Amino acid sequence: MSAPTSRARAWRGVLTTPLGATAAVLLALVLAVAVLGPVLWTQSADAVDTGNILGAPSGEHWAGTDNLGRDIVARVLVAGRLSILLAFAAIGIAIGVGLLLGSAPFLLGNGRAARLVSAGVNVAVAFPGLLLALFFAVVFGVGATGAVLAIGLAGAPTFARLTQTLVAGLAGREYVAAARVAGVGRLRILVRHVLPNLREPLVVNATIGAGSSLLAFAGLSFLGLGVQSPSYDWGRLLYDGVGSLYVNPAAALAPGLAVLVAGLAFNLFGEAVAKGLGVTELTGPRVRRPATKAAPEPDEQRDHSEGRPSADVVLEVRDLKVSFAGRDGQLRPVRGVSFSVHRGEALGVVGESGSGKSLTALAVTRLLGDDATVEAERLRLLGQDLLAEATPAQRRLLGTSLAMVFQDPMSSFNPTRRIGRQLAEVGTEHQGMTRAEAMARAVDRLDAVRVSDAADRVRQYPHEFSGGMRQRAMIGMGLMGSPSLIVADEPTTALDVTVQQQVLDLLSAIRDADDLALVLISHDVTVVGEVCDRVLVMYAGRIVEDLATADLATAAQHPYTRALVAAVPDMATDVSEPLATIPGRPVGPADTPAGCAYADRCPLADVRCRSEEPPLERTAAGGRVACWHPGGEPDVVLAGPDLRRVER
Amino acid sequence: MSATTTPIGHAAPAGPTSAGPGADAAHPRVWERPWARFAVRRLGRLLVSLWVLVTASFAMIHLIPGDPVRGALGPTAPADLVAARRASLGLDDPILVQYAHYLRSLSTGDLGTSLGSQLPVADIVGQRLPATLLLGLLGFLLAVAIAVPLGTLAGVLTRRGHGRRTELGFTTSSIVIATVPDFLLGVGLVYVFGVHLGWLPVAGNESASAYVLPVVSLAVGPAAILARIVRVELVEVLDADYVRTARAKRLAPWKVYLGHALPNALTSALTIGGLLLGSMVAGTVLVENVFAWPGLGSTIVSSILAKDYPLVQAIVLVYGIGVLVVNNVVDVVLALLDPRSMIRED
Repeated sequence: MSAPTSRARAWRGVLTTPLGATAAVLLALVLAVAVLGPVLWTQSADAVDTGNILGAPSGEHWAGTDNLGRDIVARVLVAGRLSILLAFAAIGIAIGVGLLLGSAPFLLGNGRAARLVSAGVNVAVAFPGLLLALFFAVVFGVGATGAVLAIGLAGAPTFARLTQTLVAGLAGREYVAAARVAGVGRLRILVRHVLPNLREPLVVNATIGAGSSLLAFAGLSFLGLGVQSPSYDWGRLLYDGVGSLYVNPAAALAPGLAVLVAGLAFNLFGEAVAKGLGVTELTGPRVRRPATKAAPEPDEQRDHSEGRPSADVVLEVRDLKVSFAGRDGQLRPVRGVSFSVHRGEALGVVGESGSGKSLTALAVTRLLGDDATVEAERLRLLGQDLLAEATPAQRRLLGTSLAMVFQDPMSSFNPTRRIGRQLAEVGTEHQGMTRAEAMARAVDRLDAVRVSDAADRVRQYPHEFSGGMRQRAMIGMGLMGSPSLIVADEPTTALDVTVQQQVLDLLSAIRDADDLALVLISHDVTVVGEVCDRVLVMYAGRIVEDLATADLATAAQHPYTRALVAAVPDMATDVSEPLATIPGRPVGPADTPAGCAYADRCPLADVRCRSEEPPLERTAAGGRVACWHPGGEPDVVLAGPDLRRVER
Repeated sequence: MSATTTPIGHAAPAGPTSAGPGADAAHPRVWERPWARFAVRRLGRLLVSLWVLVTASFAMIHLIPGDPVRGALGPTAPADLVAARRASLGLDDPILVQYAHYLRSLSTGDLGTSLGSQLPVADIVGQRLPATLLLGLLGFLLAVAIAVPLGTLAGVLTRRGHGRRTELGFTTSSIVIATVPDFLLGVGLVYVFGVHLGWLPVAGNESASAYVLPVVSLAVGPAAILARIVRVELVEVLDADYVRTARAKRLAPWKVYLGHALPNALTSALTIGGLLLGSMVAGTVLVENVFAWPGLGSTIVSSILAKDYPLVQAIVLVYGIGVLVVNNVVDVVLALLDPRSMIRED
């Protein structure tokens, strides 16, 4: 909708949070005191009572009296107006001067003079406000006027920097560029197009700034450099009260409390508004984080008899579900996935992004964050239940028997630690090695994954490694223990094509040498076809087909699998034609249909496909497929280029 | 910038791999290295800031409306005394001569003579500076000692998918605590522990126990701000890929938090922490006045009130240099911890 409504909604949002509401009430209270205080209480604040000098708190004088017997509470209430007016005056100066200095670089056209101004602002910003205020207090003399100028000018650099940043951001926008092309003067652009956009950040910062300058003013007055007798603001009352702290502490505590409440009111309100308005810009489609874990749904009872774990099953997953608490209820991007991986087997998992393949990998390795709920009928690594509460034994098993390789080798190593230490950690944590032993093992492992000069390389930081070398080091890290299973989540996606092959060869070599199981997740059918024995094809959080790699090209049953294979260009592909794509978009977890999730994109789909989800059933070839029309129209698939023409 | 441009600077981009024609002489390429560029740029900025600072402190006395000596000595002082004092301060010379004289004196460590006590300003500053330095340093250490464990704990408790209530409570209370100005906290502490309970001394720095209240008043506010920053940074770092790698190694959770996440979170927290340290230099002024701490802070206020301008000038200069030094030290430490930060600001 239009800007004013969304802004109004944002402001309403601010006021309905507990923090925002409290701050607003406090602020209203403080402002009411500022307006009404002098009207209501001036008389009692000025009433001298020489019979009751420095009196203790009593029923008549709640906070006692000062050195002329005047009522402290009344004086604090009266002083509110001056304190707040002075703070406003100071913040006004700060904003005015700040706007001027901050927009100067833009007006001056970003030349040498502009750079000088912004350099000056940058130097001044690094100086604490109080020091600047002391400097100006000397120049302008001791007293309220001097203090207003001092605090105002001391606050100016912050606002100048803010304005400068905002203006620089806006100056790059298209409408400003368009106005400049149209020959509109810089000053006019600033006033008409740029400044109106600064209103909101300026208001927020002015509110916080008013609180800070109120406190700063109290500080200066407390030092005796601000408001002078017979005028009084809160700081001055505090200054007077501290002198008699032993006789009547309330005389100091009452104005102190007033300063605190007023400062808090401004600061909290500013923070609440900043947060509220900031959040409206940031949220939108973002998924809200759940407060607590959703209660797991009751397990569906199923027949366990088939596929009993045999001795060489490394990983067994049955009916795995991953869900997140979304804004409109639960989102379930993984909806019941079952498979097992045997010793020495390489299993590929393919699917488009959003199909749930990476979530499945992270879920079975227990690496999903706590915002995800993982449920499964069975989840076992080497016969050990991974769904149970994590025990030290389970940690050791996972740490030594399971190796992970992640997608982005650039960000998957800790930038502040040496490579060797990051590898050696596995040895010291799980294998009872000393640091030296673990480091020797790390060198040996880096050697094994063909990192040259491993003995020197262990002392280097990740940013000194190339991408491919880092990915090999990551594999080496997995080999620190004695893994039975390597889970590689898009291990080559972030790498150069030439390096991709090396990493894939390395994974294959390791698997062959040690008879390990490998789960390779990829969006690329070619990669999976090259390395793996068996492929799981995932779509919309389910396995739609499970087949031998050898059958991929010729015997795939599911239309989605066939479309994936057909979309891969090969040597016979006519490069003058556009690349083949699967028409339509994959469905997300929020809009999974009742029937087959692929139905909308499937050339074979009929009424049943759209209403009833096909179960994953065994095929004659020993695989599994979830389709009502498995193997339909295979001739279209075999003639790859024709598929494109059919689909167009 | 201009200071870092060498003859080959225009042609060759930074980095050890560029070995184009004309870059055969290895020697000048040292200037192309990130740390050298960083050092030159930092040094240049420090010198310019110092010059601005010195000039500002010189200008201060001339910006005061009216005759500063007359102001200092009061309206009843005899005219010949004012004239003599003006002459001794060199205020009758042309302004550029005064400026040159000021710079020359500064370079020899001569900060002038106090109008009030007639003692050399350098002696007064030298005598008062250690107390302020000690107060500031202890305050900073305490702030860090409070903020890092607290921020880390809060970060772990409010990591993704956890503790929304805790986060709200922590953020709100840190804003509230950070809002309490140090001098008010000081007055409150004096009341509770000095007046009411009588446990701790409330003035001076003669005994170790006299340090407690001033250092605490100085440290609490910055500690709240720093803890908030540490939490935010930690929560972000805990989502990083390399933390997931650390979890994939199945390290004990505390090793993941303290060993892998915290160092990275602190690097970025330090950037803002540096500014905080600068503001603590200023915070000492107010705290010293609450606790009659015999440092520069109480001296500058009394000398402003007494219009003892040479003394004010010198102390402003010392504080300014303190802030500059602190800011630059922070930048250097940051560059050592995270070498990439040197390149980033190019």
